[in-house]
Amino acid sequence: MQLTVNIGFQALAYASVLYLMAVGLSVTLGLMGFINLAHSVFAMTGGYLAAIACGNYGFPWYAALVAAPVFVGLIAAGIERALYARLYGRDELDQVLFCIGFIFITGALARMAFGPLQRPIALPNELATTISAASFTFSTYKIFVIAIGALTALVVLFSLERTRFGSMVRAAVENRGMAESVGLRTTLIFTCTFAIGGALAAIGGIIGADLFPINPSYAFDTLVYVQIVVAVAGLGTLRGSFISALMIGLIQTVSGYFFPEYGTILLFLAIFLFLFLRPQGLFGRPGVN
Amino acid sequence: MYQSRLTRRSITKALFATPMILSSRIALAADPVKVGLIFTTSGPFASSGDLMAKAAALFMKHKAPALLSGQKIEIIQRDDGGPNPEVAKRLVQELIVRDRVQFIGGIQWTPNAFAIGPLLTQSKTPCVLMNAGTSSIVRSSPFFARTSHTIWQSCYPLGQWAARNKIGKAYTLVTDFAGGHDAETGFTKGFTEAGGSVVAAVRMPIQNPNFAPLLQRVRDTKPDALFVFHPGGTQTAAFIKTYAEIGLANDGIRLIGPGDLTSDEELPSVGPIAKGIITAHHYSVAGDRPANKEFLALWHQEYGASLRPNYMSVGVWDGMRVIATTIAANKGNGDPDAAMETIKKYRDDNSPRGPISIDPQTRDIVQNEYIREVRIVNGEPYNVELETIPAVKDPWKSFNPA
Repeated sequence: MQLTVNIGFQALAYASVLYLMAVGLSVTLGLMGFINLAHSVFAMTGGYLAAIACGNYGFPWYAALVAAPVFVGLIAAGIERALYARLYGRDELDQVLFCIGFIFITGALARMAFGPLQRPIALPNELATTISAASFTFSTYKIFVIAIGALTALVVLFSLERTRFGSMVRAAVENRGMAESVGLRTTLIFTCTFAIGGALAAIGGIIGADLFPINPSYAFDTLVYVQIVVAVAGLGTLRGSFISALMIGLIQTVSGYFFPEYGTILLFLAIFLFLFLRPQGLFGRPGVN
Repeated sequence: MYQSRLTRRSITKALFATPMILSSRIALAADPVKVGLIFTTSGPFASSGDLMAKAAALFMKHKAPALLSGQKIEIIQRDDGGPNPEVAKRLVQELIVRDRVQFIGGIQWTPNAFAIGPLLTQSKTPCVLMNAGTSSIVRSSPFFARTSHTIWQSCYPLGQWAARNKIGKAYTLVTDFAGGHDAETGFTKGFTEAGGSVVAAVRMPIQNPNFAPLLQRVRDTKPDALFVFHPGGTQTAAFIKTYAEIGLANDGIRLIGPGDLTSDEELPSVGPIAKGIITAHHYSVAGDRPANKEFLALWHQEYGASLRPNYMSVGVWDGMRVIATTIAANKGNGDPDAAMETIKKYRDDNSPRGPISIDPQTRDIVQNEYIREVRIVNGEPYNVELETIPAVKDPWKSFNPA
């Protein structure tokens, strides 16, 4: 019992961070078919902004958690217009090449500006404690992480299902040509969703800094994890990411506890088998690219 | 077909080998002696290479001129980008053949060191290993000497210390690569010889940012202590934070390991939760020695108050002294055998880490190991040295005679 709760808790916390970092990418991939390998750059930017604001200027952590993602969202929108927009419709190799180059350049800039060492983001004291209930002990911080993850998932789901903007995004994902011909400006929709995706990644970067430390090679460190969340969820779905992140968090945690000597082998083997049997992912439909 | 390939290969071989042997440094004393340094200054491991390169530059600026009395040294620095043996090999070949260096130094990674061994032997180029820590490297070429450390040098005495200090049952958790295996076997030997027992030995993958389930398992196993080795860098803070969060310290499970676990430059970003971690290593910035104070004063004056050097920086600092001393003693004549003889006699009673010397038989470093505990001094965590184990030779070599 104790064990199940502990493992479930850790898995949930891990999944929440993965989800936040990846959900924006599933939007990009689903909507424009753009393989944005550089998605984690926005998580890194959010992490650095928060680290600098809190560490050097005494900004309160909670304020940084709100302000940094907003800022990153604006940056993401600018970068989308200036750089990404030029590559829509180009072949995949061009897009991948651009992304890798973008990772290298932002990594080098981060190293120049903030140095090669990792930048810690100091947590507020009340989060750096533990809560005991019955015979269980939980990290307050991880409870907070799970809450943010769940809240984001709910908000994303709600706004997709129940708002006008959500139905525009869904229409564009479903059939871009059709959406355009009924008068939706898909490029504008895309810029907005790209910005939102960047902002969500920034939240993930800040609250996940303990798991994935903020440093110049951050985008490479997290690349694989973010990509597998999206691959397992399936292309063309925006809901699958949470379940996919949860599955990956669970496999990672369970295998780490019971079979530590196999480490990530079990995780990658499971993903390999899963994608082998179901190449379209959890919720992806065959034929949707 | 087979025959012609063989011929072509032997021709190539001859073409390459001849200039390498003949390149023997016919340098005039007035010419600068060229020294090739290889560090990792790009890629994910650039932070450690940066601390090493800074130490080399600091030594050349402040200490080398007095030692060399007029003899000039020209440093040629190269970047191997990480554990890339084929890159290291290519760089060393270029340094020897094209740049005609008399010494090679640096070398952060074990696989890179093994890759360049044959080149050193063939071209008779002395190489001072300033970081790579696998015991057997120095046996792969008679032109290797080492000023860093071996992993056995800290882990074996730590095992003995643990068994003497009320730790009966230990759990070992190491990263699954050559260094981790050395740490596991070194610690286990020292620990079990002195009466301790290892309850579980787990190897974790090198790319695994999620320590929580691994440490949860340790907590449920309830050992007296957890012995950990991982490659440091960004894993340092993530590991210690998870250790604190899972609550191993509250259950009385002590965290021990070689000094990589609490490397000096990472401790400020870990913060006070690192308190109480016991490590064994040869260098701490908190070491109370005049030579260390002087080294730190120069370092902070050059690179600012907030950046700390680490054990790798000191490996380079002393390694550069070995090279400069050797060049001065032989007046830059470029005789590699004479250089190796000088290196084998090297000793320095005032290194920032305490007295050190090169063991003439093995060409490996002999140095003090310190048992340290992380304590908060003036609000910042430091590895405070508690006990000294004097003049430790690499234990692996005594257990595995050549």
